[in-house]
Amino acid sequence: MSAPSQARGALRGTSGRTIVADRAATVVLWALGGFVLLLLGAIILHFVIASIGVVSPSFIFGDPSDTELGGVGPLLWNSVYMLVLAMLIAVPLGILAGIYMSEYAGDNRVTDTIRFAEEAISSVPSIVVGLFGLIAFVNLTHWGFTALGGALALTLFNLPLMARLSEQALRAVPADERSASLALGATKWQTIRHVVLPLAIPGIVTGIILTAGRVFGEAAALLFTAGLSTPTGYNFGNLNIFDPKSPWSPFRPATTLSVYIWKTNSEGLSQFAAQIGDGASALLLGSVLIFNLGARFLGRILTRRLTAA
Amino acid sequence: MAVVGEAAGLAGLHVRPALRDRLDLPRRVVFLAAASMVAIVFVLLGFIAWQGVQLFVQNGYPIGSVISTTWSPQDAPISFGVLPFVAGTIGVTGVAVLISAPLSIGLALFLSEVAPRWARAVVQPALEIFVGIPSVVWGWLGLTILVPFLRTNLNGLGFTLGFSWFAGSLVLSIMILPTITTITYDAFRAVPQDLRTGSLALGTTRWQTIRHILLPAARAGTLTAIVLGLTRAAGEALAVQMVIGNRPTMPTSLTQPMTTLTSQITLDMGNTVFGAPDNNVLWTMGLILLAISMIAVLLIRKLNRSGGRR
Repeated sequence: MSAPSQARGALRGTSGRTIVADRAATVVLWALGGFVLLLLGAIILHFVIASIGVVSPSFIFGDPSDTELGGVGPLLWNSVYMLVLAMLIAVPLGILAGIYMSEYAGDNRVTDTIRFAEEAISSVPSIVVGLFGLIAFVNLTHWGFTALGGALALTLFNLPLMARLSEQALRAVPADERSASLALGATKWQTIRHVVLPLAIPGIVTGIILTAGRVFGEAAALLFTAGLSTPTGYNFGNLNIFDPKSPWSPFRPATTLSVYIWKTNSEGLSQFAAQIGDGASALLLGSVLIFNLGARFLGRILTRRLTAA
Repeated sequence: MAVVGEAAGLAGLHVRPALRDRLDLPRRVVFLAAASMVAIVFVLLGFIAWQGVQLFVQNGYPIGSVISTTWSPQDAPISFGVLPFVAGTIGVTGVAVLISAPLSIGLALFLSEVAPRWARAVVQPALEIFVGIPSVVWGWLGLTILVPFLRTNLNGLGFTLGFSWFAGSLVLSIMILPTITTITYDAFRAVPQDLRTGSLALGTTRWQTIRHILLPAARAGTLTAIVLGLTRAAGEALAVQMVIGNRPTMPTSLTQPMTTLTSQITLDMGNTVFGAPDNNVLWTMGLILLAISMIAVLLIRKLNRSGGRR
C-alpha cells in the first residue's frame, strides 16, 4: 500500500477542501481500527476483573449450588464431552465431503446442488437447527433430551463448515504434487490418500480447531436437544454408558456451559447469579481464545514440520 | 483440476474409464459424504415445514389468523398474530445493520487501504477473536453492562432506555461487525491494484479514489456482506432475547421493549406442550425464519454471480 503515500506529492494542485476530506477520512478510518482493538481489550479486561474472586479450582471443577457460589464442573464437562461427540461425527464426514468437492467434483449440476446445500445449512439459524433436532433426535427417536441428540444437532451446522475448510485446505495443495504422483503410476485414491491429504493436514487441523471453537460456544441449538437440566455429582469411575448418571453416557440430558449462562440469566435461582454468569462467561471466552490461538499455533507448527520433512 | 483428470485417465489406461469409475469405491464414499448435506437440507426443510403448518392442519386455525398484530396465546379471545415478531425481527435487524454497515465498511477500508502491515497484523486477529465470541457471552455483556449503562446514563435525555429495541440492535451490530468487515475486506482486496494507481496518477486523493473507484467496484461484495450480516442478525437468538425485553406487541420506538421470532421461540418452546396450538405457532415462526434464511442464500448466490460476471 505504498501507492497512496507516493500520490501525496500530487496533492499540490488539489483544492483545500478535498485535502481536508482526505485527511479527515484517514483519521476516521484509523479511529475505527483503534475502536475494535479498544473494544476487544475492554471486553477481555472486564472478564479478567470479573473473574477475580469467582473463578477458582472449586468453581471450575465443583458442582452447581443454589445456596452458595458453587461451580460449573459438570457443565464444563458436558461442553467438552459433547464437543468431542460432535467432532467424532463431523470431522470424518466433513473431510470426506471436502475430498469429494476438491478432488472429484466436476463442474456440473450435482456439484452445484451440493454447494447450495452447504451454503443453505450454514445459513440456517442455530435456533432452527435446535427445532429440527427437537423433532429428529428428541421426539422421533424417543430419546428425550440427550447429549447425543445435542451432539447430532451440533454436527448438523458443523458439517458444512468442516467440509468447506477441508476443501480449501485440499485445494491449496499444488496440482504438480498430484500430477507427479499419478505419473508414478499411483491411482487417484492412492494419490489423495498418500500425497494430497498429508499435505493438507495443517489446514485441516486449523479448520477442526476453528470449528470446535464455534461448537463450544453454541447454545441456541442445544436448548431443546440436550436440555436445560443435567445430572451432577459425576463419578468418572462409572463407565457404564447406559447409566444416565454416568458422565460418559450419551443418553442423558447435558446442559453445557454456554446454555448454563443463558439459564442463569433467565431462571436466576441463585443469589450468586451475577458472579456465576461472569465466571462462566470468562471461562467460555477463555476457552474460545485458547481454541483460536491453538489453531494458529498448531497450524504453524504442522506446516513447518511437514514442509521440512 | 482438468490436468489432474487427464492424468488420472492416463494412469488407468488398462481399464475403461466408465468401468473404473463404477468400481471406484473411495469415490462413492466421498460422494455420499458430500451428498449427505443435500439430504440434510431436504429433511430439515421437510420437518420444519411439516411442523410449521400444523397450526393450520392439526389445530384448524385459518392461515389468515396468524396475519394479525394481536398476540394473545392464553387469554380469550385467543389470537396467534405473528406480525409483532416478524416486525420485531425486521426492525431489530434493520437498525443493527444501519449501525454496523458503515462501521464495518470503514473498518474494511482501513484494513485494505490505510493500515500499515503492523496495524493489519493486530486488527485482523482481533476480528477473528470477535467472530469466535459466543452469542451468550454477547448477551451476558449486553445484560450486565450495556442495559444498566443505558438505563442510568441516558436518563437525562428525557426518556428511559433499558431493555429495548435499541439495546438489541446495538448488541447485534457488534456481533455482525466482523462478518460484514471480513467479506467487504475481501471485496476490496479483489479490486485490481491498477484501478487504484490509475486513479491516484490522475491526482486524486486517497479518499477520492476510495469513494469514486473502490466503493463502486466492490459494490457486489459489499452488498453480499450486508445480506450475510442481515441473515446472521435475523437468526440470532439468545443474545437478542437477553436484552430486548420480550414484549409481544408491535415495535413502536427504539426506546421500548420489543420481541423477535427467535426470542419468542427460545422463551416459549419449553413452556408449551408439543402439538398444542400455542406450541405449533412457534414452529410456524421457525418456518418463517427458515424461509428468510433460504431467501438470503438465494439472494447472495445471485449477487455473487452478478459480481463475478463484471
